Amino acid sequence: MPPTNYRPMWTELGLDLAKHDALLGVLGKVYRDYFLSQTGRPAGMDYFNFVISEVHGLRIKELMDARKAGRKVIGSFCLYVPEELILAVDGISVGLCSGADFGTEQAERYLPRNTCALIKSFFGFTLEKVCPFIAACDMIVGENTCDGKKKAYETFNTLIPQLYIMDLPQMKSDAGRALLSAEYLRFMRDLEKLSGRTITAESLGKAIDTVNKKRAALHRLAALRKADPAPISGLDALLINQVAFYDEPVRFTASVNALCDELEKRVVAGQGVAAKGTPRILISGCPMAVPNWKLPMIVERSGAVIVGEESCVGERGTQNLTDTRGAMVEALLDNVVDRYFKIDCAVFTPNTLRLDHVRKMTWDYKADGVLHYCLQFCTPYQMEAIPMERALEGEHVPVLRIDTDYSQEDVEQIRTRVEAFVERLKDGA
Amino acid sequence: MRAAGIDIGSRTVKVAVVEQGRLAAHRIAYNSHDPIEVCRGLLDGLAYDALFATGYGRHLFKQYWPCTVVTEIKAVAVGSRFFAPAARAVLDVGGQDTKAVALDPRGGVAKFEMNDKCAAGTGRFLEIMATALSYSMEDFADAALQASAEQKVSPMCTVFAESEVISLVARGLPRDGLAAGLHRTVAQRVASMLRRVPLEGDVVFCGGVALNACLRRLIEQELGLRLVVPEQPQLVAAVGGALLAAGSCATGLLLNPTGSE
Ligand code: SF4
Ligand code: SF4
Repeated sequence: MPPTNYRPMWTELGLDLAKHDALLGVLGKVYRDYFLSQTGRPAGMDYFNFVISEVHGLRIKELMDARKAGRKVIGSFCLYVPEELILAVDGISVGLCSGADFGTEQAERYLPRNTCALIKSFFGFTLEKVCPFIAACDMIVGENTCDGKKKAYETFNTLIPQLYIMDLPQMKSDAGRALLSAEYLRFMRDLEKLSGRTITAESLGKAIDTVNKKRAALHRLAALRKADPAPISGLDALLINQVAFYDEPVRFTASVNALCDELEKRVVAGQGVAAKGTPRILISGCPMAVPNWKLPMIVERSGAVIVGEESCVGERGTQNLTDTRGAMVEALLDNVVDRYFKIDCAVFTPNTLRLDHVRKMTWDYKADGVLHYCLQFCTPYQMEAIPMERALEGEHVPVLRIDTDYSQEDVEQIRTRVEAFVERLKDGA
Repeated sequence: MRAAGIDIGSRTVKVAVVEQGRLAAHRIAYNSHDPIEVCRGLLDGLAYDALFATGYGRHLFKQYWPCTVVTEIKAVAVGSRFFAPAARAVLDVGGQDTKAVALDPRGGVAKFEMNDKCAAGTGRFLEIMATALSYSMEDFADAALQASAEQKVSPMCTVFAESEVISLVARGLPRDGLAAGLHRTVAQRVASMLRRVPLEGDVVFCGGVALNACLRRLIEQELGLRLVVPEQPQLVAAVGGALLAAGSCATGLLLNPTGSE
């Protein structure tokens, strides 16, 4: 079957085709280099290979077809934007990726240089006209989280027509919860207006169930990584968590579960992607959005295996299901608020739950060490990194802190550090 | 049995051979645009039974030569114990990297810090500044040592410091005072990195920059402790590699025991 020609669709979306070709070229090459070259990959990864190969193709076509059928596409940059509410108006939720160094020069015309790479990335993608997702969204939600994003949205608002700002609390207090609850209610009303549909207990209940099933499948995948040897690489597991943000949820859930069936057999057979006893690393820190694969690639080529991600693209994002009990919309919305209010993001103060979660994950996944990953200029996570390192090292959990961005310049230096960390883990074992 | 270590750094390549716990041979050469050729020249005619490679060129080298790779961090940890058996911390300042390594009582790496991609606080910074002041490296350190007054130079970024230095020279400030001030900024930077790892017992100062007596004195001042500088500080990582190679032979693991790439 010849590849489908998506160019008319991309043109319709206003993309710069030449630059877009260049982006896809780089992406394809990196994907082959990092992912397809791995040995012992589970067969169930084929689905995700396919999804990535069609990330700007088939998936965008699905979005465009859905829009033609009257459904709304909502983009977001943060875990706090509740997917359940979007699904409850029969909308489609897409997490916008912001994981590549593209258009950084353009972005720096609008943003200070000391802005984190994630923010620069979504500006760069927008300014260079290479992101079909941004173009395909009826609404893009910006949230009031870190100072970088909060202020960047003021400028972003001048670049795109469909930005919606959601306020968020910064403390886990009663007042904080009340704010989140009020904002979710407002968001729900605005989604209803945008879509022309009313959220009912039934539609919200169904949406909660869909998202719970997706998260439960990701929990299942995570739990399988407790095995030694690890049945799946950290790179592949990260990829699945990344795909979770923009794939069709029901199909995604089924594909993750099918993969897990395969992994269960591997675990029983004692089969893995790395030898038993390979040093196990837990990643903790800033979100790793598609296609930010640099650090996991370095780690897994340095003789270690990643067994978990304490990250928004990982367990910070998937932990906790939403309570499905409640007969009224209000009660269900309250359950949604409860679930999201537990997210332990570093924009909150204090944020002690996060350290507890890292401790628990280290224990559960039998990690030999923690690699704390920060994007440069990400104040919330950089601030938390130092006390976290102190606390964990005090409990004899080795920690390596890496601050980096999306560029490739520092790969060799990071490699040296990661290799030395792996040597330390091996020698300490 | 003869075991060798090769340390392929950004400025120089070092080879050390140990035999029965003694340094039997060593060679040093400047690196060039063709590191492999430099390595070939250095290893030419050298007999050894096992070889470990370290330094930033280790992976490239491994593509051409049968060897095991090890990071500079572990190599300097092992190597420093050879020169100072009671070492509990190592400061390694090389051409483009600076590392602070804390050792556990057995000599294993307990914690390490490394500069990020910026050149400030490395040998490269001192070189650029020496050139900006038209000094050779040796004269640069000597002038700094003998300066009667230290001229404060504030920005630590290599690019900014260079332009500040040029403008200070234009204003007629004494060169030696500037040399002293520049050494001070590096010493402060390096000392603050070292303070981030636990410091107890002997602290070894190694890498090519450890030959700089002025810097050594200033770091000692900053930290309030004496540094142990091996006679040939630039050889420490190569010797560490050689000792690891010797250990791998002793335990019957030849050439690629760890399986790490
Ligand atoms: S780190 Fe915090 S602000 Fe960023 S996406 Fe995650 S939850 Fe949102
Ligand atoms: S990585 Fe940090 S600075 Fe960047 S958007 Fe997320 S929270 Fe903000």
